[in-house]
Amino acid sequence: MSTTPAAPGRFGRYGGAYVPETLVPALDELTSAADEALSDPEFRDELRGWLQDYGGRPTPLTQANRLTRHHGGAGIWLKREDLLHTGAHKLNNALGQALLARRMGKTRIIAETGAGQHGVATATVCARFGFECVVYMGEEDMRRQKPNVERMGLLGAEVRSVDFGTKTLKEATSEAIRDWITNVETTHYLIGSCVGPAPYPELVAELQSVIGREAREQLLAAEGRLPEAVVACVGGGSNAIGIFHGFLDDEDVRLVGVEAAGAASLGSGRAGVLHGARSSILADADGQIADAHSISAGLDYPGVGPEHAYLRDIGRADYRGATDDEALTAFRDLARTEGIIPALEPAHALARARELDAELILVCLSGRGDKDLAEVLAQS
Amino acid sequence: MKTLVIYLMADPETPELARAAVDGGADVVEIGFPFSDPLADGPVIRRAGERALARGMRTRECLEVLARTRRLVPETPLIPMTYSSLLEAYGWDRFAADVESAGATSMIVADLPAGERPEVRRVQLVAPTSTDERIAYAGEQTDGWLYLVALTGTTGARGDLSPALGGLVERARRLVAAPLYAGFGISTPEHARAAAELADGVVVGSRAVQMADEGPVALREYVASLRGALDIL
Repeated sequence: MSTTPAAPGRFGRYGGAYVPETLVPALDELTSAADEALSDPEFRDELRGWLQDYGGRPTPLTQANRLTRHHGGAGIWLKREDLLHTGAHKLNNALGQALLARRMGKTRIIAETGAGQHGVATATVCARFGFECVVYMGEEDMRRQKPNVERMGLLGAEVRSVDFGTKTLKEATSEAIRDWITNVETTHYLIGSCVGPAPYPELVAELQSVIGREAREQLLAAEGRLPEAVVACVGGGSNAIGIFHGFLDDEDVRLVGVEAAGAASLGSGRAGVLHGARSSILADADGQIADAHSISAGLDYPGVGPEHAYLRDIGRADYRGATDDEALTAFRDLARTEGIIPALEPAHALARARELDAELILVCLSGRGDKDLAEVLAQS
Repeated sequence: MKTLVIYLMADPETPELARAAVDGGADVVEIGFPFSDPLADGPVIRRAGERALARGMRTRECLEVLARTRRLVPETPLIPMTYSSLLEAYGWDRFAADVESAGATSMIVADLPAGERPEVRRVQLVAPTSTDERIAYAGEQTDGWLYLVALTGTTGARGDLSPALGGLVERARRLVAAPLYAGFGISTPEHARAAAELADGVVVGSRAVQMADEGPVALREYVASLRGALDIL
């Protein structure tokens, strides 16, 4: 089975660049800059150096024995992206794109953020490399992820509140794209997930694929075999695509993405166009984008990366939902049994992983839960 | 004679407003089919779209408004302007066929740059950031006239006419045979005249949408003030 897209920027029927003309030259420039940089061994070495010495890669692989015994079922291993600098996998992408932006001579970086993890990662690399930084965030998300808003401020970024529409990640992304349309000559749009117009889905997947490459080697070294299943949460889907890419060619390894039940773009969406790409989205019969609902700001998005829609259609990955309550239970179980407080996003992955009929399961623990304490305590 | 294009959001009142715009001197009327996430639009058109959606203006209702407008202004080119998501949901071919039978002259899809879905006949847009190659390509592909996005940004009124328009017109003149109409950031008679000194026509959107809120009389007077500025040329 081939998992290679048919054309650059396309994943079967999905992907493409559905954007106003103003952005087309910038996307063309980014495509050539990314192709050039990623095939340049010096750039690769530099990125590897930053990921190791600044980010803290490789992140550990932790065997979750007490969680496994608590469930009485599947043997779970955790890929610890929560231990990466800034507390989530988002830094892998932010570092790579910041190096690219510098190479393209951009001076200003903008980003959207939902849970705030991508905003913090972006603010962090902007502080380190000296970029002006503006992060768009929905008003509702600023309320529920307050610690991350404060962190971005400390790092010198300007957080712009988006107070219309859903007041969450969808509107923040639209506003970031409008800023980019306006300031495209000086500005790089550091998109946080494998969504958006080509070349972003491929670029972000490439930058996050370090998760899967490392995890595969680590598990082979520890257990001498591949996992039966790889499980990751899916909002836009960047941690999932990153860990899946390590196992796409291992046909016996099941790939399982877990969406928030109230934001199941893959589980209950339809083909549509959102934020520059054709993918599977939550929309009504007229193509108007629907509201998503999740306790987890990072999964509260009505779209998903086009590659996930493609992997679903060809049957290579399957996608399930987890409810807010199931995620909260998994969140508490991991804290109590392993001494690890996960973010609410990967708690969705843990909620489904526990029921899989498999002996060896790899779960991407994409981020840590400090940002979610207020939200979780309010639910207790 | 310079061409004046007026944009209106599709609402139940649009046919009468289009009639008023034509009476005021509009040559072409664009009718916005609202979308929940209009990336190319600034706050005025975004809010008008949110309001239209809240009033139930979905694709079918917009087509009815288009057909009623066609009956009220039988001679004026009418151009629906919308986003890809609506066409994707309705069916690309079916959308093109149904707007045409409702009386549309062409259409504009704001997030469908030249090269994506070339089979969909539409007015193409070029921007100050477009390369010469893309301007030439959009010029070949365009249906009737080429829309020059006068500035690097979203729709909405600005203090001054964009200084980028001059260079864009100059390049497009060399590369494109079709008439060139400039839009984005044109809201006053002074802007309209200055833009029309360069281009073959102007498109006025956000300010027209605001004037339409005040009713057909206010809209007709506003359009007449733009017409007057163009007719001096």
